[in-house]
Amino acid sequence: MLLGRTANGLYWMNRYIERAENMARLIDAGLRIALTRTQNASDEWNSVLLSAGAAGAFAEKHSDYNAENVADFLMRDMANPSSVLAAMETARNNARMVRTALTRETWESINEGWMSLKRMLAEPIDQRELPTVLDAIKRETAIIRGSFYGTMLRNEIFDFAQLGTYVERADNTARILDVKYYVLLPSISWVGSSLDNYQWESILRSVAAHRSYRWVYEADYRPTSIAEYLILNVRMPRSLTFSYRFIAEHLRFLADDYSARHPSHEIAERTYARLRGTQIGDILESGLHEFLADFITENNRLGEQVAQDFGFH
Amino acid sequence: MVAFDEMLPAEAGLRKPYEAYDGWLKNQDPARLTEKMRDAERVFRKTGITFAVYGERDASERLIPFDIVPRIIAGNEWRRLTQGIEQRVQALNAFLDDIYHRQEILRAGRVPRELIATNEAFLPEMIGVKPPAGVYTHIIGVDIVRISENEFYVLEDNARTPSGVSYMLENRETMLQLFPELFQRIKVQPVENYPQLLRQSLSAVRPSNVSGVPTIAVLTPGSFNSAYFEHAFLADQMGVQLVEGQDLRVVDGHVAMRTTEGYKQIDVLYRRVDDAFLDPLTFRPDSALGVPGIMDVYRAGNITIANAPGTGIADDKAIYSYMPEIIEFYTGRKPILGNIPTWRCSEPDSLKYVQEHLAELVVKEVHGSGGYGMLVGPAATKKEREEFSKKLAARPSNYIAQPTLSLSTCPILTAKGLAPRHVDLRPFVLVSDRIQIVPGGLTRVALKEGSLVVNSSQGGGTKDTWVLDD
Repeated sequence: MLLGRTANGLYWMNRYIERAENMARLIDAGLRIALTRTQNASDEWNSVLLSAGAAGAFAEKHSDYNAENVADFLMRDMANPSSVLAAMETARNNARMVRTALTRETWESINEGWMSLKRMLAEPIDQRELPTVLDAIKRETAIIRGSFYGTMLRNEIFDFAQLGTYVERADNTARILDVKYYVLLPSISWVGSSLDNYQWESILRSVAAHRSYRWVYEADYRPTSIAEYLILNVRMPRSLTFSYRFIAEHLRFLADDYSARHPSHEIAERTYARLRGTQIGDILESGLHEFLADFITENNRLGEQVAQDFGFH
Repeated sequence: MVAFDEMLPAEAGLRKPYEAYDGWLKNQDPARLTEKMRDAERVFRKTGITFAVYGERDASERLIPFDIVPRIIAGNEWRRLTQGIEQRVQALNAFLDDIYHRQEILRAGRVPRELIATNEAFLPEMIGVKPPAGVYTHIIGVDIVRISENEFYVLEDNARTPSGVSYMLENRETMLQLFPELFQRIKVQPVENYPQLLRQSLSAVRPSNVSGVPTIAVLTPGSFNSAYFEHAFLADQMGVQLVEGQDLRVVDGHVAMRTTEGYKQIDVLYRRVDDAFLDPLTFRPDSALGVPGIMDVYRAGNITIANAPGTGIADDKAIYSYMPEIIEFYTGRKPILGNIPTWRCSEPDSLKYVQEHLAELVVKEVHGSGGYGMLVGPAATKKEREEFSKKLAARPSNYIAQPTLSLSTCPILTAKGLAPRHVDLRPFVLVSDRIQIVPGGLTRVALKEGSLVVNSSQGGGTKDTWVLDD
């Protein structure tokens, strides 16, 4: 038996840990472009902010789109609920609330991760230290994930937490693609300039896929392949299809455990079936941006439906 | 006034309970001990054993300082203490039952009627209510001080929602991690089974109409409460749900919690929420921490609330001064454990005495706890005493006064080696169809030299408490 409030806490705990990690990757990718390109880094930072869903809030506070401001806003600013620091704090507060549902190792990894990042992000970050700090964020979240996978019983507690991870991940990957959808359109794919190469690599880098892409496609970056990889590859751990495979699976475990099906099961299975039955050509033809916008909306709806079906509030 | 030191009393030499420990300690490298002290702090911070201090900003994550020198009690000393505690706890429950039913003790004139009638801790809603299994106060923390080899006194009874038991358990756990060799050498009675005993105890007082295994839950005010760590810890260790008011509602005449599969009935609620917040329909209407309608369920006998509402009337500081009479009235025997002489400032003669002797006395609020709002006369400045005197004159019935006792001391490890500090002791008592006391308790220690205030909210620390198996 699990309290609805606890299920809610587990779900958001993992959503925020996932968010903190993705934020670090996103900044990493932005930084790479800003370092390798001499002009117009501010466009890149703006798209990083858009992918992070933080462009509006940033504009209210800053006018300069440079590494210093953006990294500070996305990593340290407590007024930005998705900043690494704010996300870790929310994750930790949720973990504290659901503590009895976590193994000691999982709780300690979250608590220690929060303490260490809080220390590290206490002062504005020297640009030279940025890569080290980003590494530390990825490391802390990896340790959390490691203790979670390594010690948690595979029961409903695990299922709700995992739902949070994959709903957040699907959202993040879809946003990254949507912000850059225009560089992936076939109409401009012939350009193949070094600028596009950077853009493509940046997309892959922000989902930690710039190396694994080559293992799968064995060729240069091709926009169609990149879109296919991040949307449809069922083995790529940050793709939409991969995320939905696990969302559907964890919901199915819950249905078996509780001997009850809910509307959220329908939504997840429908989305998964659609992803499995689609070719990248179809998506590009009917509009990549429309596809992604639809997906993001449906994904949000799934989150709300899960909350309703399982008594989160 | 030289305090009695429990390890090395003046002129008497090392006390027997400490002999084996002292033998071990002599062979320790002081640098290693200092290192262990740091290890202990790391363990506590890592596991998140923190508490909040009200009224301090950004203090939501403070640690209670832990000292690595154990406080050691001999087996025969402990047996005497437990007899006294059992007697007291029986009397407390008998008193509560009487106060909410026939009020024989008032009729007999042993406790003044107005003390009950005008007391905020007395709940008229509990009159005539028979709690499941007839138990009112299920979990009690009795604060005991020692002033000499053979003199123990009860400082106060905590019959509402006593806290601190998680520290007793974590302190032992930490000591076992830091000094496993000590426990091989010295036979210390275990405290680790407290959560199981608590669960059995709560299970035994389930409503009479619950036949199978009862569903138990711990009710917390939430994760921002100062004792949240303990609430979560106990729920976890017992393997029961930790619920908040927002998780609960009354469904079909029972209290039920919102789960991922709908609402599920609760039979026993170990609540760590004060009476006033328990039921907005009966008590404070603005409370969001409780359950609307739970008192109706309770009166219908469909849930056990531990501790029962209204138990505060038994640990009120004004009632405390009548405990010797209360014990004698219900058990027919003299108290085994003494009370500290207490002046009730509501009585004009006493008030006069207290005002004239403020510099020697400890004055406490009748309803206060946690060391807030008290005056330690000898330690206070003249100005503090004068200000307190005005408060006292304005609301005399709000205060009681006691002599400044020379609490016993125990050594703690300081930068300059061992040094004596004042301590008290809170053993934890469980009442169901029987009374159980785990051999040990929470030893609180005033870390400042000479200080008599042991409360964690006022800079006190804790120690592991050993009851020897001898």
